[in-house]
Amino acid sequence: MGYSMTLRGKTATFPDLKTLLAKASPLRAADELAGIAAESEEERAMAQYALAEVPLQRFLDEPLISPEADEVTRLILERHDPAAFAPIATLRVGEFREWLLREGDADRLRSIAPGVSPEMAAAVSKIMRNQDLIAVARRCRVVTRFRNTIGLPGRLSTRLQPNHPTDDPRGIAASTLDGLLYGAGDAVIGINPATDNLDQVHTLLSLLDDLIQRHDIPTQCCVLCHVTTTMELIRRGSPVDLVFQSIAGTEAANQSFGVDLGMLREARDMARAQNRGTVGDHVMYFETGQGSALSANAHHGVDAQTCEARAYAVAREFEPLLVNTVVGFIGPEYLYDGKQITRAGLEDHFCGKLLGLPMGCDVCYTNHAEADQNDMDTLLTLLGVAGCTYVMGIPGADDIMLAYQSTSFHDALYLREVLGLRPAPEFEEWLNRMGIFNGRNALADSCRQVPLLSDFAGLGEGAA
Amino acid sequence: MSDRWDHLRRYTPARIALGRAGSAVPTGPLLAFQWAHARARDAVHLPWDVARFARRVQDRDLTPLILSTRVADRVQYLKRPDLGRQLDAESAQSLPGWAGSPIDVALIFTNGLSSTAVEVHGLPLLDALVRALGAAGLRLGPICLAENGRVALADPVGAALGARLSVIVVGERPGLSAADSLGLYLTYAPGTGRTDAERNCISNVRPPEGLAYDAAAAKLVYLAREALRLTASGVALKDDQPGHRLTRGPQGGTTQTIENGNPPD
Repeated sequence: MGYSMTLRGKTATFPDLKTLLAKASPLRAADELAGIAAESEEERAMAQYALAEVPLQRFLDEPLISPEADEVTRLILERHDPAAFAPIATLRVGEFREWLLREGDADRLRSIAPGVSPEMAAAVSKIMRNQDLIAVARRCRVVTRFRNTIGLPGRLSTRLQPNHPTDDPRGIAASTLDGLLYGAGDAVIGINPATDNLDQVHTLLSLLDDLIQRHDIPTQCCVLCHVTTTMELIRRGSPVDLVFQSIAGTEAANQSFGVDLGMLREARDMARAQNRGTVGDHVMYFETGQGSALSANAHHGVDAQTCEARAYAVAREFEPLLVNTVVGFIGPEYLYDGKQITRAGLEDHFCGKLLGLPMGCDVCYTNHAEADQNDMDTLLTLLGVAGCTYVMGIPGADDIMLAYQSTSFHDALYLREVLGLRPAPEFEEWLNRMGIFNGRNALADSCRQVPLLSDFAGLGEGAA
Repeated sequence: MSDRWDHLRRYTPARIALGRAGSAVPTGPLLAFQWAHARARDAVHLPWDVARFARRVQDRDLTPLILSTRVADRVQYLKRPDLGRQLDAESAQSLPGWAGSPIDVALIFTNGLSSTAVEVHGLPLLDALVRALGAAGLRLGPICLAENGRVALADPVGAALGARLSVIVVGERPGLSAADSLGLYLTYAPGTGRTDAERNCISNVRPPEGLAYDAAAAKLVYLAREALRLTASGVALKDDQPGHRLTRGPQGGTTQTIENGNPPD
């Protein structure tokens, strides 16, 4: 079905829904690279007018990617909940924006989530300003649990990311300690390993598990290797808290990652059977990012942001503890500069929350993007206001393994200070008990004795 | 305010124990970060003086051949990786003239994402490669130099030269700690339709902190021989060289194949 818009005698036509969505997307390099972006600012604005008129029901009637060709489309259609959809079923995209801003309180947003398809979320986000994305996401409540409670109002968690270029256990332990002493790590202590070597990953899992057990830290750990590697480690008896996997919004893109829905289901069930959570059994950790389907040549002509929202349909199938968009990692041919990264980060956080996910963001950039730490400060602050579930904590914001820049332990402290955001309650209590925090959501005076520090010498040598 | 765990810095090059001023980093680490980022940015955006590089190649009694990709400028290079993988029409026409003499290895240099890397390490690496490939009896064609190229440029160049293998030396994406790393990518039977999974990579060539020139050249000769023996490169060719397991990071480089969804450039 075609779409068109006439304004002052000028008509723009769009042959189908995916073309309309692509042309209505705020400018980004990925859609230009794919050759599907609007040809002019005027065409983009007219596409947004036309998109606002599309009934939400249309996204169920006209799948962007055929269900015969794509298991993600099948998942989206099978899981769509008509009862949850009922309150918004008669709305058009433009009216849905107004409904979200006017009616969307925490309870209503939670109840419609199973009725919102990723394409509906993507569509409405394209006609929302940054402030709309922030205002609505802020009202969404998504709470998940494993060894602590993540996503409560007024809280911000952090992933402690202690990567090392050779996976040296002492180096990783040193960065982990640095992060804990700065109050980071309640979302997860998560290492990107340099290799997927089984013994190596087992060594790192054991190092983190030992640290968590020894100091009774109310958090969870993860080594971010391929899902099949993690499954093999579970079989071998490694201490696996969470199963990590990068996912995307099309079956073909997931195939390029070497995964499918069946494999993720099996991994989730294996991890749950370990019974390692103390307050909940959310065991999955997913990462996503706009442009991944395009980079795998698996986007079916669908724009980068809509593909990204479809990845969230994959994520929510498995009730994850954590999801984050690695928004600036992919490079300038997908998100060119700080402005595009900022917009994409807010869109991803909004869409993820609207679909009911515990959405965090790796606020980040590479050195060939037109971005710097000031852009990260801006996006970090906006996401803090938007109620982002968690952000990354990396020593000095400099990931020495992956060679990109993200947010630091200090950055999280800044956000806590200016917005009053506190860590997960169990973790906050631990920070206070350990003398790391001062009971007022801030670091204690460094002169105080911190038991964690005196224990480290043994840990560092023992792990070597 | 400094941190009481400064001594842990010896375990990692990560920016740990920075201390703080309120919640923020102190001024020293702030300036150090910005300096590192500035160097990385400069490495990305500095143009590469190809003509001067070509003269230095000629000084070595080697034959330089300057080629052009379809990339018009640096901004386009960053936004359009597809154009950096293709030769422009003139270069594409000029190459087949060389195909008369048999060539084992088509050797290509490009600045990639770091002109600094190819300026600093390009010529000494070239010397090491010429020595090692020559000693192995592998015949080189002209030394191809292309500004703003991507890894897969190795395919049209290698194919046009009729080479059995192509090797492209590329400036790697600068990180904060290293803005001058070179990577080498080897492809067996280069040509249209090759994927990144069919290439082998040697990364982090950057002495003295990274991999040394001679070590990189020796590893390349090993991979080249194995590729010719197996008539394949990439995932089919595992680095199984005894006693030469390279470590990753500050003291070495890596050899690796390229995973899907993880573009090499």
